[in-house]
Amino acid sequence: MSQPLSRQQHLDLYYFMQLNRQLEDRMVRLFRQNKIVGGLYSSLGQEGVSVGSAYALEKRDWMAPMIRNIGALLVKGVPPRDIFTQHMAKYTSPTKGKDGTSHFGDLKNLHIVSPISMLGDLIPVMTGVAMGGRYLGQKIVTMTWIGDGGSSTGAFHEGLGLAASQRAPFVLVIENNQWAYSTPVSRQVPVKNLADRAVAYGIESDVVDGNDVVAVYTAAKEAVEECRAGRGPRIIEVKTMRMRGHAQHDPAEYVPKEMFEYWKARDPIARYEKYLTENKIWDAKTKSEIDARIERELDENQKFAEDSPLPPAETAATGVYCDGCHAIEAEWKRPKGEVTPPRSSADASWKVPSFGALDSASGGNGAKSSAAPQVSTSEAPDSPRVPFGRGPKDKAFLAEQQAKAPQRHQHAPKHSPRKRGR
Amino acid sequence: MATTAAAAAAQVTMLEAIRQAMFEEMDRDPSVVALGEDIGVYGGAFKVTEGLLARFGPERVIDTPIAETAIVGAACGMSFLGLRPVAEMQFIDFIACCFNQVTNFAAKSHYLWGAPVPLVLRGPSGGGVRGGPFHSANPEMYFVHTPGLKIIYPSTPYDAKGLLKSAIRDNNPVLFFEHKFLYRRIKEELPKDDYTVEIGKAAVRRPGRDLTIVSYAAMVHTSLEAAEQLAKEGIDAEVIDLRTLLPLDKEAIFASVKKTNKLLVVHEDTKTGGIAGEIAALVFEGAFEDLDGPVARVAALDTPVPYAPTLEEAFLPNTEKVVAAARELAKY
Repeated sequence: MSQPLSRQQHLDLYYFMQLNRQLEDRMVRLFRQNKIVGGLYSSLGQEGVSVGSAYALEKRDWMAPMIRNIGALLVKGVPPRDIFTQHMAKYTSPTKGKDGTSHFGDLKNLHIVSPISMLGDLIPVMTGVAMGGRYLGQKIVTMTWIGDGGSSTGAFHEGLGLAASQRAPFVLVIENNQWAYSTPVSRQVPVKNLADRAVAYGIESDVVDGNDVVAVYTAAKEAVEECRAGRGPRIIEVKTMRMRGHAQHDPAEYVPKEMFEYWKARDPIARYEKYLTENKIWDAKTKSEIDARIERELDENQKFAEDSPLPPAETAATGVYCDGCHAIEAEWKRPKGEVTPPRSSADASWKVPSFGALDSASGGNGAKSSAAPQVSTSEAPDSPRVPFGRGPKDKAFLAEQQAKAPQRHQHAPKHSPRKRGR
Repeated sequence: MATTAAAAAAQVTMLEAIRQAMFEEMDRDPSVVALGEDIGVYGGAFKVTEGLLARFGPERVIDTPIAETAIVGAACGMSFLGLRPVAEMQFIDFIACCFNQVTNFAAKSHYLWGAPVPLVLRGPSGGGVRGGPFHSANPEMYFVHTPGLKIIYPSTPYDAKGLLKSAIRDNNPVLFFEHKFLYRRIKEELPKDDYTVEIGKAAVRRPGRDLTIVSYAAMVHTSLEAAEQLAKEGIDAEVIDLRTLLPLDKEAIFASVKKTNKLLVVHEDTKTGGIAGEIAALVFEGAFEDLDGPVARVAALDTPVPYAPTLEEAFLPNTEKVVAAARELAKY
């Protein structure tokens, strides 16, 4: 299990949540001054989700944000000026004005994949990053977020199916903010918890209070560690609330007033401030120091963005193709000899345990899931060599699997006792 | 042609040439991996990837669920780590299932956020094999309309091997169409040594003076047959094989039109929105003065690919249709 958070880590979580909120608050003002190009999407009330989950990742790990995961970008190391310049379509933005909002990435340093507006597509993509990282021996974990709305897409299910069948070290945070634009969850998905869908993929899941940043962090940390140990993928559903409309233009009149009130009383930052005070992790002086730092940083970053130019028109026609502008080289963290002949050579045939029969002792299709690891390692594998990346003769892994087997319930999602509210 | 030693070298089908390209590239570079439906143990629906699994193992030859979006999405993700995935569509028709992942994700990544996506998406395409409406398609033009992709559609074993190698080494998402009618019907002797064919360059398959026939894939062979018939009638046709549809080799087309002053475009894709229209517009813009007649088109009917042999024959362009169109054009 993961270590309890240190004082500094507790303060980090506050810093990033407050930075997230203040940054977006400034962008609302910029929007009203017509300085934001296009739409503005708020993550007000969801800061605990972005910050808590991304904080569980290491520097080497990869993530892909959604539009409301500004906090995750900040945690991963993106400076606020990048968020400002992106929204203002400035030439100094990470995409040089080619795209806006959280739609940018960084392959080399921060390991961030840019989202697209079509939801769900990042799930197979981050599954691929996870598979690729394992292949290269990088021991990375990947993470992305999907809303309650996006969990209805085909890409969501195709991606999860592949991730589960590959046991990819991939964490999916289902950010249930109750609304897909104007449609409530109950009209989209007829299950109690979105995390229940994990059962269908034979993977483990967790349901946590998304407005409790420590709970989100703790669940994410466990999921990341499980994935890194080869027991991925994992789903975490966080229950939270979108406290604004879909975007600035939307007054969200379809949301019951009482619902806003309910969640306002559970604001993640106010709750966390109380928690820090009650647990004597900080005092008023520390808070005002952090708040002043945020104010100062945002002043500087916002000024940089406002002073930056728009991109020159002639750059519109550039950059469609990579014509040698990028040197593409994989970073190998394992000997290449392991993946090249003769060591890579395999027996090209399948073995099907119990022949898929209904009445056989093991039952079902013989697939191994992370929720129900194989009982005996002497059982015939259902693929020529599994687990990928660990080698067929990795005794340590097999021992781990055996040790873990009796602790888990077959075909039952594991929900965390951290579940609150609702 | 060949000396005795070289002549003894095997004649290779297009299918085998593609397989060789996969083998050699995976041998050369461990960052090349393959994924798709039934490509490993089974060796692919057409056996293009046969033997890959036994040689390179399941970490590099990955059998996936039937989930085209997941296949292409995962390939994109792998490519971000510097890998060079080659993803197979069991039939290229199924690329419709992952249209979003190809056109909105892979194709736009480099332009929008500077992320190269060095992946190859390959698969069997085209009609004439009684595959019916969902196993015979030529969906290339959906993607020619997508900036950021490269589109290759070869007509010979030599080109297929050389172009696939170039595609794998390219830093952009490349769609590689393999005409299944040609898989086992044409053979060619291939060089023993490593070679590549440059992406974006057309080839003159038959030089001629009187008119230019621009084509690609299986229709190159139809056009060549037509050119032989036309020669008997005293019409000397030049046949150009585009090989790559995006980027399109405009210069090769202009150069030929400058010489022959007449242009006929032949493709197996349906007529409306086919590349013939684009080529006609390019020639009007860039070589209008060189034309002595209208740009002519021979293409498939604007219908789905029908199943019955009589219907599919009516649907597809053939030698007679090309000869008839060329005869009309030659009158100008």
